[in-house]
Amino acid sequence: MTVEPTIQTSRAPMPAGLPLRLNGVNVVFPSAAGPLEALRGLTLDIPAGSLTVVIGPNGCGKSTLLRLIAGLLRPTEGSVRLIEGVDAEPRAGDGRVGLVFQQPRLVPWLTILDNVALPLTFKPVSRLPLVRVRAGSTTADDAKVLAQEALDRVGLADAATSYPAHLSGGMAQRAGLARALITDPPILLLDEPFSALDALTREAFDGELQRLWMNSPRTVVLVTHSVGEAIRMADRIVVMTARPGSVARVIPVDMPRPRPATAAGSATDLEAKVRSALAEVHPPELRPWIDR
Amino acid sequence: MRRLATTLISLAGFLIVWKLLTVLTGTPDYILPAPEVVAGRALRAIGSGLLWEHTAVTLSEILLGLTVGAATAITVGVALGKSVVIERVLSPYIVAAQSVPILALAPLLDIWFGGGLLARVLICALIVFFPIAIATMVGVRSADPLLVELFRSLGATPGQRATRLEIPSALPVIFGGLRVGVTLAVIGAVVAEWAGASSGLGVLINIANQGLFDTPLMFVALTTLAVIGISLHGLVVSIERRLIVHP
Repeated sequence: MTVEPTIQTSRAPMPAGLPLRLNGVNVVFPSAAGPLEALRGLTLDIPAGSLTVVIGPNGCGKSTLLRLIAGLLRPTEGSVRLIEGVDAEPRAGDGRVGLVFQQPRLVPWLTILDNVALPLTFKPVSRLPLVRVRAGSTTADDAKVLAQEALDRVGLADAATSYPAHLSGGMAQRAGLARALITDPPILLLDEPFSALDALTREAFDGELQRLWMNSPRTVVLVTHSVGEAIRMADRIVVMTARPGSVARVIPVDMPRPRPATAAGSATDLEAKVRSALAEVHPPELRPWIDR
Repeated sequence: MRRLATTLISLAGFLIVWKLLTVLTGTPDYILPAPEVVAGRALRAIGSGLLWEHTAVTLSEILLGLTVGAATAITVGVALGKSVVIERVLSPYIVAAQSVPILALAPLLDIWFGGGLLARVLICALIVFFPIAIATMVGVRSADPLLVELFRSLGATPGQRATRLEIPSALPVIFGGLRVGVTLAVIGAVVAEWAGASSGLGVLINIANQGLFDTPLMFVALTTLAVIGISLHGLVVSIERRLIVHP
């Protein structure tokens, strides 16, 4: 009797999302007071499907970093790559990147549903190769169905017919998240999305975002000022230097998920490590005031 | 209901002051006719079909001039707002055309365009153009830069950005320009008629004033022009209310 050998697949399952590679990136903005260096020699690899949190002093170029990945900005020198090969450079609006801004940025004269459907209305859905929709789905009705689904996912199903002015800051920001997710982008960028919200609302959101990411993993880059938020959310924390920004340290976070809001409190060593790294990148005159 | 009452009371007050002025000063009708004299003259002019004959001409000039002027102005205004180069090239000519008195320009346009309806519509359109074009330009530029960046990040083409973001953002300002434009259109039509026309309310004013010394008829024509202006202005305001979402 022969036993069929069990075939072991050594290949890991395809990671969701796209990997990011920034190599020797310099960004210089022209300004009235002379050229302004935002980033200098930034090199960073972000694995596909990881949740990376970027933290650093004010004005260190965190938002610039996100705008590079979103294709809204080209590096003055160096390269930004989403994948290897052709089509590697990010291009704004090609559907590979979803962006959530610090402000909700909802169009005031459109309903929440229309706001969320907005990304699908600029080109036929079928032309966005990465959107998972039924074949031949290109009509405005389909866009609305997808928008309603996206609203359901972020718990805003009832707000579909409201206008942005009628939403609380937290609801508006969730609508912004739904809009970013509607194209099901392999890369999601969040630029201090919850910084304008009160502490409890923000913790609830972080939990929600973590759950969304665990349910459908993708490459996420989250910019924050909060050490606690960084520790709760991150696979890896990227600490940036003061302007011109570059990567000071990459601190891996290895804790089981889902992590509660108190995650940072139970990881005191890690928190000390992050705070110490932050203290080093802040200007000397601020250091005495930073808790390590 | 309350708004209507306010309007009626204000109108009655205006008529009473007018009437008192004629009685107290004893001004003869050929200088300042009393309101009831003007009303009587109006009824006769309506009855004979004289008023409608001239009003129809002027009204069509106004409506056509307004349409042509506003459509051109909004198109040019969007281009001016979106391109600094276009603004640099065009704006000296636009300002120059606006600075030359339309009264001086009208006879010239009348000669160039054959003295018919076309010439008068163009004169009307020209005077309407400036405030609407400038309002559109300013409005288009006032679009929220954060939303402009959002549209860019979502891959909107420049055309989609104009129709979906910049023009809707500009609507309140464009309507401000349109409100000025409709009243100027009435003036433009009369000026155009004075440059050479055989009918229209402007012509009727000339006939009543210089030919017949019929001052009440002149007042009838002036009142009709005022009513046209007020009605068109009201129409613009009501379209504005419908079009602009005030959540």
